[in-house]
Amino acid sequence: MTATSSEPLGREKRHSRFSLPNGGYRAILIVGGAIFAALVIWFLYSIVNQSRPAFSTLGFSWIIQKTWNPNLHKFGLLPFILGTVETTAIAMVLAVPIGLGSALALAYLVPQRAKVLLGTAVELLAAVPSVVYGLWGVIALAPLFREYVEPFSSSAFGWTGLFNGANSGVGLMLAGTILFVMVLPTMVAISRDVLAVVPKEQVEGAMALGATQWQVLRKVVLPEARAGLLGAFILATGRALGETVAVALVIGNSDYIAHSLKSPSATLASLIINNFGEASGTELAALFGAGLVLLVIGLTVNSIARALVRRAGGSGSVASVAVA
Amino acid sequence: MTTLSFDSPADPILERRRQIQGIAKATVGRRKTYSRAAIGICWVFLVIAVIPLVAVILYTLAKGLPAWSTGFFTQVTKPEGIPNGGVWNAIVGTVIIGAIATAVTIPLGLLAGLFLAESDGWAAGAIRFAADVMTGVPSILMGIFGYIALVRTFGYAAWIGAFSIGMIMLPVIMRAGETAIRGVDPHLSEAGLALGARKFMIARRIVLPAALPGIITGALLAIARGVGETAPLLFTIFGNQYLQANPTKPMEALPLVIYNYSSQPYADLIQIAWGAALLLMSAVLILNIGSRWLAGFLQRERR
Repeated sequence: MTATSSEPLGREKRHSRFSLPNGGYRAILIVGGAIFAALVIWFLYSIVNQSRPAFSTLGFSWIIQKTWNPNLHKFGLLPFILGTVETTAIAMVLAVPIGLGSALALAYLVPQRAKVLLGTAVELLAAVPSVVYGLWGVIALAPLFREYVEPFSSSAFGWTGLFNGANSGVGLMLAGTILFVMVLPTMVAISRDVLAVVPKEQVEGAMALGATQWQVLRKVVLPEARAGLLGAFILATGRALGETVAVALVIGNSDYIAHSLKSPSATLASLIINNFGEASGTELAALFGAGLVLLVIGLTVNSIARALVRRAGGSGSVASVAVA
Repeated sequence: MTTLSFDSPADPILERRRQIQGIAKATVGRRKTYSRAAIGICWVFLVIAVIPLVAVILYTLAKGLPAWSTGFFTQVTKPEGIPNGGVWNAIVGTVIIGAIATAVTIPLGLLAGLFLAESDGWAAGAIRFAADVMTGVPSILMGIFGYIALVRTFGYAAWIGAFSIGMIMLPVIMRAGETAIRGVDPHLSEAGLALGARKFMIARRIVLPAALPGIITGALLAIARGVGETAPLLFTIFGNQYLQANPTKPMEALPLVIYNYSSQPYADLIQIAWGAALLLMSAVLILNIGSRWLAGFLQRERR
């Protein structure tokens, strides 16, 4: 370092007194890694151990039973698993085309100066706390959905049978939309990183052969970035699956399986957060069990996504580590 | 075509080239139209993506700024019906919880990050993978973990909230630290080795200073993410309508105020929620922008 070489010799000497032998240094590093490993194991053990009573008193089938009613001692998780999958599906159906289109535009179409600005803006938006999105959803979007979006979708797409029931504002549709807004920055930021590392030679080669701009993107860039884009998709899915407070505020919280996109519903995470305060005994164990299901889904989704993004070489910068 | 004189229908390669050129010429109009349409759709999608994101920020600004009065910053949260409530206790809580989480996770995360950067064995691989996967674990699970592991023994307390938040920050700091440390030119540490320095000295005097911009960026981003989390706090710090600075007691925090007030039917509480949302969002965005600026500044200083 240039800074240290300009310091007076005396100070150098004073500094060099605190040193550790190589073995001691290595040992401290290993302790650092070991503490993290121990925390992870403690974490996994706690969740598994505390949800065990649910499995022993209710059997394994409780996870896919339809009824959640603590008064009847029934703790079926199916409505919440479905709610989780449905809200995530709505979010991803919107996020994939819009996120991919925006990422392509950000990586290849936007002029250089705007690229940095827009790219930073997208990364910043990934950092907005989820409870702010939840507040916005319940105060600003819910009335909008009740007055305009839901009546419109009922009259325009009512024949599909997906939009039956009252216009209440809150419900699956709003929860899915909020999730879409929340995962979009993640989706765009990672996709853009993955798209930007496609070798320039390939892009230029295709252009030299007379391909149009879209042909280059469609036939060269997208196939090359396929694995990383899939990783971005799965990471965003993982975020949507586990999102808690924003969803709990806008989903309407019902213990029954939703029969329409306008119905109130609940996800695994919103179930836990809403019932945790009053739960005890088997119900509490069942809530921890819901957490375990969420954990298993989350771990699976994330390990697949990480492997894909890493193979694609997309997450190279410090910022992209934190965004993901 | 200059090659026309060599052209003969018998040459299969030239024949094929002419075919390709013919097809390209015949389809160029269609391809261009198609391309323009598709590129146009990409632009439209970019605009669609920007609209809700801009809307969230502008809406929070418009609703939150009117809530920012002197009382908002100096008074504690008050129940509905009692005027002039603020979020001072929540600000104190968020700062204390964030500070504890940061003070513990940064040294630990840096050690673990150094370990990851300097090891390539199976153990390092497993820990790296665990850190990657832990960054994506739903944050509510860290709240449940804090509740099971600590609240049941010690009761609701702010330091347990800091623990849960720290569990979210730790893997981010580790991986960001590792990425930054691996980015340091290996020649620098080799030069240190050649001068006879021990590894500890190389890490402390050469590698960590050189990796500092990346480490600071990662740490600030992790803090920004940690202080915005709500779900882990709901399970661990419980909330407290009085000013409390003792980390072994239940505390209030900004995300909790926003969450609890947003489902209330009272306009004044919702206005405080917006004020708190604006404050939290500004803090997070300032940390983010600050980390980028600082990283760029340190990078320039070095050159």
